[in-house]
Amino acid sequence: MSAAPHAKMMAALRSSARLLLPVLLALAVGGLVLLALGKNPIAYYGDVLAHGLFNWGGLQATITRMAPLLLIAAGLVVSFQAGIWNLGTDGQFVLAAVATAALTPVLIGIVPWSIAIMLSLVVAFAVGAAWSLIPAFLKASYGINEIVTSLMMSFLGTSLASVLVKIPFRDPTTDVPQTRVLPVADRLPRLFGTTIHAGIVIAVAAVVLVHLLMTRTAFGLKLRIVGANPRAAAHAGLNVARLTFATFALSAGLAGLAGAVEILGVQGTMRADWNPAYGLLVVPLVFLARFEAVGVIGFTLFFAVLMIGGESASRRVGVPQHFVPLLVGMLLLFLALVEFLEQRRRRLTKA
Amino acid sequence: MSALLTEAFLSTLIFGAVTAGVPLLLAGLGEQISEKAGILNIGIEGMMLAGAYGGFAAAYASGSFSLGFIAGAAAGMAVASLMAIFCVRLSLNQIVVGIALTLSAEGMTALLHFFEFSRTYPRLPKAPILAIPQLARIPIIGPGLFRHSAVVYLAVLLVAVIAWLFRNSYIGLNLEAAGNRPAALDAAGIDVVATRTGAVLTTGALAGLGGAYMAEVGAGLFVPYMTNGAGFIAIVLAMLGRGRPLWVLLGALIFGASLSLTTALQVAGIDIPTDVVQMLPFAMVILVLVIFGRDSMLPPALGLPYIRGER
Amino acid sequence: MSVQASAALRGAAAATTADGRPAIELRGITKRFPGVVANDDITLDVFAGEIHVLLGENGAGKSTLIGILAGLQQPDAGTIAVHGRPVTIGSPRESLDLGIGTVFQQVQLVPSLTVLENLMLGGSSWRPLRRRPALTRFLELSDLLGVAIDADVPVGRLALGEQQQVEIMHALWRGERVLILDEPTSMLTPQGVHYLGEVMKRLRDKGVAIIFVTHKLREAHALGDRISVLRLGRVVGSIAQVELATMTEQQVTDKVVGLMFGNDGPSGRVGRLALEDRTARPDPNRIDRSAAPLLRLWGVATAAQPGECAVRDISFDLWPGEILGIAGVDGNGQKHLAEVLAGQRPAIAGSIVLRGVDIARGGVAERRRRGIAYVTDERHGEGTIATFSVATNLVAKEIGTPPLWRHGVSRWDRIHRHAREQIERHDIRTPSEHTAIGKLSGGNIQKVLLARELTGQAALVVFNKPTYGLDLQNTQLTRERIVEGAVRGVAMIVISNELDELAAVSDRIGVMFQGRLNGIVANEENVDRRIGLLMTGAAA
Repeated sequence: MSAAPHAKMMAALRSSARLLLPVLLALAVGGLVLLALGKNPIAYYGDVLAHGLFNWGGLQATITRMAPLLLIAAGLVVSFQAGIWNLGTDGQFVLAAVATAALTPVLIGIVPWSIAIMLSLVVAFAVGAAWSLIPAFLKASYGINEIVTSLMMSFLGTSLASVLVKIPFRDPTTDVPQTRVLPVADRLPRLFGTTIHAGIVIAVAAVVLVHLLMTRTAFGLKLRIVGANPRAAAHAGLNVARLTFATFALSAGLAGLAGAVEILGVQGTMRADWNPAYGLLVVPLVFLARFEAVGVIGFTLFFAVLMIGGESASRRVGVPQHFVPLLVGMLLLFLALVEFLEQRRRRLTKA
Repeated sequence: MSALLTEAFLSTLIFGAVTAGVPLLLAGLGEQISEKAGILNIGIEGMMLAGAYGGFAAAYASGSFSLGFIAGAAAGMAVASLMAIFCVRLSLNQIVVGIALTLSAEGMTALLHFFEFSRTYPRLPKAPILAIPQLARIPIIGPGLFRHSAVVYLAVLLVAVIAWLFRNSYIGLNLEAAGNRPAALDAAGIDVVATRTGAVLTTGALAGLGGAYMAEVGAGLFVPYMTNGAGFIAIVLAMLGRGRPLWVLLGALIFGASLSLTTALQVAGIDIPTDVVQMLPFAMVILVLVIFGRDSMLPPALGLPYIRGER
Repeated sequence: MSVQASAALRGAAAATTADGRPAIELRGITKRFPGVVANDDITLDVFAGEIHVLLGENGAGKSTLIGILAGLQQPDAGTIAVHGRPVTIGSPRESLDLGIGTVFQQVQLVPSLTVLENLMLGGSSWRPLRRRPALTRFLELSDLLGVAIDADVPVGRLALGEQQQVEIMHALWRGERVLILDEPTSMLTPQGVHYLGEVMKRLRDKGVAIIFVTHKLREAHALGDRISVLRLGRVVGSIAQVELATMTEQQVTDKVVGLMFGNDGPSGRVGRLALEDRTARPDPNRIDRSAAPLLRLWGVATAAQPGECAVRDISFDLWPGEILGIAGVDGNGQKHLAEVLAGQRPAIAGSIVLRGVDIARGGVAERRRRGIAYVTDERHGEGTIATFSVATNLVAKEIGTPPLWRHGVSRWDRIHRHAREQIERHDIRTPSEHTAIGKLSGGNIQKVLLARELTGQAALVVFNKPTYGLDLQNTQLTRERIVEGAVRGVAMIVISNELDELAAVSDRIGVMFQGRLNGIVANEENVDRRIGLLMTGAAA
């Protein structure tokens, strides 16, 4: 019976196609755009890979960049699986970053270093979670669409963060509006003699924990049910309001943690108006990974390579970083298309 | 405090409120039309950006501001047509496609700008103003309200037109049905897909026009990501507007005022950081929602694709 | 007037309209869906000035056929001719253009628009609404149908029966000559059904061709000029006008049952079910009402919500092993009653005392722990999570509780083993316990729900429309499970809008009317009449 292994192979091929096809399509169309603009796509992609992945310095930078991205992504996995659109991660990120940047230098002087760091991380998580309280409350109590409310809180948050840096938390000793600089020695330690800081360990741990939480615990199952069918969840006796608060808190807390990790690992200080705005860019990655925590790592690596390699390629090949949001946006579009075609194919073959 | 009541401050404020508010108004009206028909259009930020770039580039190349406005609307419609294909025709998830379109438009317009204009950073000359003779001479509010580009008056006129359409035309009924109970519309023999497509394309045109106004009149140039969240503010306005265009106008003016308040305050000699001022309207909206917290009356079929026979 | 005389008159009227050709001719209509042939080579004639009843149980293919005539579906094979001309009906618009108006089971009106605006829906020009001609037509039709509704009221505020009247108006708006009614009586009181019958007869006498779809024998006989019986997608027989005019109700019933169930004639098990056999009830004397009741409700009320009917001042007692039927037309508070019992909806007043303890405060999980289970009518929307496996759905109401969970960690091997046992025990047809439950048939989904709710711990089970949409076999199965459980000592509350079903199993029957329990009567001799009265709001 040679039919069975053949069918299995086809199924395996098909699922990897589902995963890779959107990426290939986006890269192809992106390449066409570059051609139209007079640039050589092969040179660009090649340079991105060469400096983002196949270069020791670049690879370290890539992995370093992955830390905040993974943390935000982990938070979005929780959020999306529970059917909640937490689009306010930018606000949660920068507010937690401000809190960390202001708090840690103060703590370092008072308590031992490891305690200071841990406290800062906890505070960052709490700040991020707290900033999601209002959208959570409005959704749980009045059913108000959380997309709008979390976006508004994000705008509020970024403005507030800037104000905090410019006024109360400002470092009076410098001209540039920023917080007190955390000395390099007090930041997150580098790993094994590389330039990669320990934040990546925290990030990967968070991803793994989220995966375990969602697939193996009652709490994760409850969140997934609420995300799949809120009415059935209420029917089954789940406290949807409480789960909504929990989802927001966890998701926003992780985004806050991302902000802390960036400050403690890379920046050391928070400048006014600093907002890397990773939030919206991470959304497509989480979708591409089909909301599965482990797949998120792969796609985040891809994205980090693109960002780091792209920085170098922008100087050498002359393609600016603006290409990245275009590519990521197309990735999401093609993903939606591929999923649609896959569903259509499945429905037709059932007949 | 009396410094606030000077003519200079007030007319700067009013003028600024209108200039900053018109893009919000246009995009907000467009979003309201989409939402009425059942489409939650998150891609509106992308449509505005496309309009901003398209409008600027066309105006710069041709020297005609009007051509720029038309090109801006067309660019917005082009992005909207993608939304129509993916979300209305193919019934893909509206939020996912909206985010994708916004990201793509952000990147695309920034890229185009880089390759075309980043060396020279050209500016447009000051946009032609259509002053209404008698009214422009009224003290304080005259120069603030009646010395604007023709697009401003068009936008206000649109508020009335759209309000009338919603209440008194067959199109208005169809939009309401499409957003509220599309199966009923289908049973009545009207093509739901066509109705929703029309709504989405109109949104694109209005958002594109708003973006073009921002670039041509508001700033006089194009900067990557220059809409800076205006599209998302428009979504907020549309939702708070509860289906009434007049409320979108009010909201747009209030948000516009906050955006231009810093400049006006500087004229009055008061120096409050921009950030604080920018926070005010959002904080107000959140406060209103928390205190009065009723569901903002969104159409029941919002965000749900319509597939005939699937009941 | 005698039956024969009125029939002769009707026959005369029909002959003088048109040239005797049918208004609609269906030849060989076939429609397939994945895994099932919904319509199998259907050949049918529909004449003007005639009420043609399409009779068949759930799953017989009636709705699919209606969908084809209304332009929502396309047949895979076969031809349709309207007034002699072959046509294809590709969309609802084309159906309307051909003069066919359809009133579906689910109301297809826009709740936020007024009655008049809903009726005007169908134009697409930019011109202002032409209210005056619409109002004229509205008044015309109101006269014809004998209804009195305010044209400027938002449809969402009308009662279900009135909404249906608007639907009929909508179907006739452009002078339609064919009117299709798909199961229109489920939301009507017996009075309302009679009234609808009058309206239909009036229309028929004006020459309209009417197709009336139902699964109720009694209606078919009362209203039909011609009856076509569908079974498993085929037309298994017709009773023409001439015949019908000379048969008694019993004879019609016998013939129809014979057509519907083939070899299994009226005396067969299945046939008995169709006849709404009331002899299979458990002995009403087994209930010991001298003991304390299991459940006592006193003055229970729920919060009002737009578009829903809340309950007010609900009081009743229930004994262990008793089957209490709750009758009433849809929309009189049944859903709220079910939900307040299950803990899904808070009671804003009154007490719910179970075994002497007031449990009105607790939520669903608490009620379940105390032994109250709830089988919802909305299997897909509420009862199950379509994308999740059968195994997960089976345990959806006990997530986190040992032994399937330990310290909050899911023990998937045990959960799947538990599922396999249940699948075996309840004969649930599914490829495996991992299959997404949305892929199962309605009957098997119901089996899952029954397996989940009718556990050993249940002391009281609330059923909301338990046999809705099920084929005969699964309907029978569900009723057997209810009776079985009751005999074992589990109290049952069965909410249904089908009186026959309640009369077949209940010990007592209560009637919901506008949110109140308008009376509870023992299930005895003339229970139908007494309940009919209660349903209209009259005192018992």
